[in-house]
Amino acid sequence: MSIEIRNVKKNFGDFSALNDVSLDVPSGELVALLGPSGCGKTTLLRIIAGLEAPDAGSIHFHGKDTTERDVRERQVGFVFQHYALFRHMTVFENVAFGLRVRPKETRPSDAEIKRRVHELLELVQLDWLADRYPPQLSGGQRQRIALARALAVEPKVLLLDEPFGALDAKVRKELRRWLRRLHDELHITSVFVTHDQEEALEVADRIVVMNKGKVEQIGTPQEVYDNPATPYVYNFLGNVNQFKSNVQKGEASIGGSNIKLEKENQQADGAALAYIRPHDIDVQRIKSGSAPAFEVKVNYIHAIGPLVRLELQQLGQDAIIEAELTQERFRELGLNTGEQVFIYPRNVRVFADNTASA
Amino acid sequence: MSEESTTQFSKYSAKVAKSRATSEPTWIRWTLITTALLFLSLFLFMPLAAVFTEALRKGFDTYISALADADALSAMKLTFIAALIAVPLNLVFGVAAAWAIAKFEFRGKSILITLIDLPFAVSPVIAGLIYVLIFGLQGWFGGWLSDHDFKVIFAIPGIVLATIFVTFPFVARELIPLMQAQGKDEEEAALVLGASGWQILWRVTLPNIKWGLLYGVILTNARAMGEFGAVSVVSGHIRGMTNTMPLHVEILYNEYNYAAAFAVASVLALLALVTLVLKSIVEWHAARSARAIEQN
Repeated sequence: MSIEIRNVKKNFGDFSALNDVSLDVPSGELVALLGPSGCGKTTLLRIIAGLEAPDAGSIHFHGKDTTERDVRERQVGFVFQHYALFRHMTVFENVAFGLRVRPKETRPSDAEIKRRVHELLELVQLDWLADRYPPQLSGGQRQRIALARALAVEPKVLLLDEPFGALDAKVRKELRRWLRRLHDELHITSVFVTHDQEEALEVADRIVVMNKGKVEQIGTPQEVYDNPATPYVYNFLGNVNQFKSNVQKGEASIGGSNIKLEKENQQADGAALAYIRPHDIDVQRIKSGSAPAFEVKVNYIHAIGPLVRLELQQLGQDAIIEAELTQERFRELGLNTGEQVFIYPRNVRVFADNTASA
Repeated sequence: MSEESTTQFSKYSAKVAKSRATSEPTWIRWTLITTALLFLSLFLFMPLAAVFTEALRKGFDTYISALADADALSAMKLTFIAALIAVPLNLVFGVAAAWAIAKFEFRGKSILITLIDLPFAVSPVIAGLIYVLIFGLQGWFGGWLSDHDFKVIFAIPGIVLATIFVTFPFVARELIPLMQAQGKDEEEAALVLGASGWQILWRVTLPNIKWGLLYGVILTNARAMGEFGAVSVVSGHIRGMTNTMPLHVEILYNEYNYAAAFAVASVLALLALVTLVLKSIVEWHAARSARAIEQN
């Protein structure tokens, strides 16, 4: 079932949590709402579920307006950040809850409930925990039980609020791969909220980047990472170097060098901000050719892991530039701290700088 | 994992307590312990022992006959009736108020919290007087009530009203912090899963607060049975009719009937002891489920 969100607004007192948000979630997709805390992503999720009412705008499930529909009738599955398992019930009863509270006419028989609960517990690979209580489970197990409980009512839409937020890094990685596989099996329209860009990039079909109650960009992980629509998205997804710049006739001046901008990245003349990813910086010992280069000093080398991170400082400037090299390239160059080298930016994106006064 | 860390911590703190670096010299420790014990025995154990010795001073037969006295039995009956009405009513009210305060945001919430505390702040005698002013013969509704031949003051309804008033805050006060700590996640989860309001209350909220609720009920009951001031004002002290146990004790005492006074008092004291035991059991369970919350 698809979800359409139209011009939704929500205020909490003077604080505007959502400011005219519109969004389409196509049927069967796994969509991530990505943003820092306080950007309104959880509020949006709760509005889709019906736990919160929008001040303006509407929510449509499969084209039908559900804005006024009761939470109970929306047929959504909701997984809470802190699991919200019923602490006085066994795992089995937790999963069975949604079936047991149905009115008599639609309630399955006890045998049927038993069969369905065990089926779901097998799906989340925790059938052996059926008789335990939530406090006896680990965080990852609780999260999977919460998911099984949400799936028990056969929801049309699955909503997950920071599903892996409270878990440690290793479990988080395992669980998000598992969630991806589960989604590929069930094909249920799912929306999950996260502040972790790595999580969103790895799991989601589509990412909605949010900031201060607004949608900054919607796109596949590839699209939002390779072609960020706004400086905000650039900053939020992955590491990036930001430079104050000035665009003149299709060339951006950055730290004294003029860099020709590519056709698809033209900006009107004036103050601008230029962005370069650390892995888009090429380090050379000698200046070669006519390409614009910066002369920098190596301040610090961080050589743990597959990538070597360099902290570079342009001569005569305060700003630190970060560059990433493969171990191979790093060994080839044989760099030491304090040395002076040249860097060549490969891929520069420029946005008009609205904050600078002309 | 958290269970492991708690046991580690308790081992650690046991070690600290025994270490000489963190404890006072022996003589200070013993002085403090002795002072505390002396104080306790003077103000708590001695009066309790005195109640029972005085009650039994004239022998066991006198004790039994004092309790079997018609007026004493009637006083006990009235006390139980008042408690039997006041406790369930305040239970329902307490749960409703705590639910509203802990799980919802609304205007005037702080006023409601203050109102719930009012019976703690007001002297019970004044509480009783308020009811006399409202329902008494010279009061606001007194004329109307006497026209319809319905007595509130100097009758059982007045005593019940006064008891409800003074025991008003116990259940709510006990539940509000507990429910606030538990949050409303579980209720929301139940709602999304399709549960109705009643189903959420019976299947999710009440099981989660049952120990706190029971604790509140025990305290309410103890206070309801022991209340003197407010009840004294509205009762009119009619023997065999509007006397509760605490009032009956006072009357007997004023009549120099010490053995009987202490006999009835000993029943109240026994009730208090039973309450304390129940309270400890409930506290033990509540602490266990509180630990479960922390682990959650």
